[in-house]
Amino acid sequence: MQPLLYDRTLDTLFMVWWSGFYAVLLGIPLGVLLHLTHRGAILQNIVVNKVLGAIVNIGRSFPFLILIVVLIPFTRFLVGVSIGPTGAVVPLVIAAVPFFARLVEAALREVDHGLVEAAHAMGGGTWTIVFKVLLPQALPALIAGVTTLVIQLIGYSAIAGAVGGGGLGDLAYTYGYQQYETPLMIATVVELILLVTLVQVLGDRLVRRLAQRGTRASSLRVGLRRTRPEEPAAVTEAA
Amino acid sequence: MTEFPVITTSGLTKVYRSGDREVTALDGVDLHVREGEVYGVIGQSGAGKSTLIRCLNLLERPTSGTVTVAGQELTSLAGRGQRASAPLRAARSHIGMVFQHFNLLSSRTVQDNVELPLEILKVDRRERSRKALELLDLVGLADKAKAYPAQLSGGQKQRVGIARALAGDPKVLLSDEATSALDPETTRSILQLLRDLNRKLGLTIVLITHEMDVVKSICDSAALMKNGRVVEQGTVAELLATPGSELARELFPVGGEPSAEDRTVVDITFHGAAATRPVISELSRTYNVDISILGAAMDTVGGKQVGRMRIELPGRFEENVVPIGFLREQGLQVDVADVTAEAVDEAVTPVPAGAPRKEGAK
Repeated sequence: MQPLLYDRTLDTLFMVWWSGFYAVLLGIPLGVLLHLTHRGAILQNIVVNKVLGAIVNIGRSFPFLILIVVLIPFTRFLVGVSIGPTGAVVPLVIAAVPFFARLVEAALREVDHGLVEAAHAMGGGTWTIVFKVLLPQALPALIAGVTTLVIQLIGYSAIAGAVGGGGLGDLAYTYGYQQYETPLMIATVVELILLVTLVQVLGDRLVRRLAQRGTRASSLRVGLRRTRPEEPAAVTEAA
Repeated sequence: MTEFPVITTSGLTKVYRSGDREVTALDGVDLHVREGEVYGVIGQSGAGKSTLIRCLNLLERPTSGTVTVAGQELTSLAGRGQRASAPLRAARSHIGMVFQHFNLLSSRTVQDNVELPLEILKVDRRERSRKALELLDLVGLADKAKAYPAQLSGGQKQRVGIARALAGDPKVLLSDEATSALDPETTRSILQLLRDLNRKLGLTIVLITHEMDVVKSICDSAALMKNGRVVEQGTVAELLATPGSELARELFPVGGEPSAEDRTVVDITFHGAAATRPVISELSRTYNVDISILGAAMDTVGGKQVGRMRIELPGRFEENVVPIGFLREQGLQVDVADVTAEAVDEAVTPVPAGAPRKEGAK
């Protein structure tokens, strides 16, 4: 039982890691493009904005299970297989990119327009606005988005597992549910809960640290020091 | 200060359209800002001053008219749509701008904020750092280079904003209500800094504000905006010497209501030597009239000592023509206040609508 659990955990991590990696890689540019093509934005282009928006909405409204099935030929074409962890990565990415792109778009929308205006006044172009203003300023929100994305992917990967993707979902379903190995099923579910909790806690911590830049000491020391009693010196030291 | 105009706008008009409604924010503004002066644009909110300053670096595209800054006609450089052309961006990088809400990047340290315009100008790392530290020193924040904006007070943030605005070695600094979010004491120190920079670097500053005190304390010239138009502009000294100038009255108000009907209320402005002569007692003795002083004030405006007094003479204006003439002969600026008869205006030069009643004599 243990080696099985271990193997399947690695499968899940494989799926979540690679689909997360590609979703971030593709979702950020898509989200940036959605943001920049809005009415009144620097690259205002209503047609592009509407078309991209429609594609994203379609991608997001597909039930994941159906998406897997629909994508089988495409998956086989792209990675050679349609089952197993590798085969699951393709539908996971397709489902995750639009989801993450919307999170990116929302994060960028929260950036104070005055900052964009200041960059314009300095003579900055689109490149400057995106890479020196929008993305760095939205970083805490983007990290929070990645946290949400990863948790979503853990959930999706369990669904993918149940239809042949492997991983913890498959384990819980085929061994735990179909073969009545209740302890194994419980162990799998507990592991998924722990995984999700871990991601959320780490993500929140990172977001907090980035968002509080300047309001308290921003270095790693804070994390270590928090175990000690209140330390009012931290703020002045950072100044 | 020279006579060379560093900023000129002609016929600047901005019309906002939303649906089928049109709002004219700027209505044919001709502005002339001379090199090295501090130029204040004052007006109530909605008068169009914010639109005006944002048109000076084309953050806002004027509907028509031209903007020329440091000999370069910016309106001819503008690209299509929202995107700025490369020449316009290059021109903007040499026009500094500071904002009411500072607009500092919270993700960057103070020093990195000041370096941002230099990054845009592709200055190399070492030179960026040197310049940023030099500018922070200039605004008195050398010790805060590694701090984040969230750790600074409002006044300190605005100093960082000013340092950042100076990074591109601008000839012109645009200040969009830079002190409006600050308390009075911090406002004074920021204005002092702007004044120092103006003197030290020969920097031309255009500032917009709704606070008369700002104009009073640092401006060489001023313009008054109403409903998208500049209704008065000139040097502060000229404005004060213009009879009936609304800006002068605002800069330097004297109050006081007449004590009864059939009195003539006269505002007298004293400049320089005239301020020290005993004109009021001379007037009283020569014409044997009783004069009541309704209000008086002395102040420094644009670095010059100016006095203003509101007096009341018995009888209607017609009965007081001779004493008023006497005051004029003494080299004083005399405005007959609104409370007198309508007949006064008809004989003199036309007054713009809304301006206080006055005599046209210089």
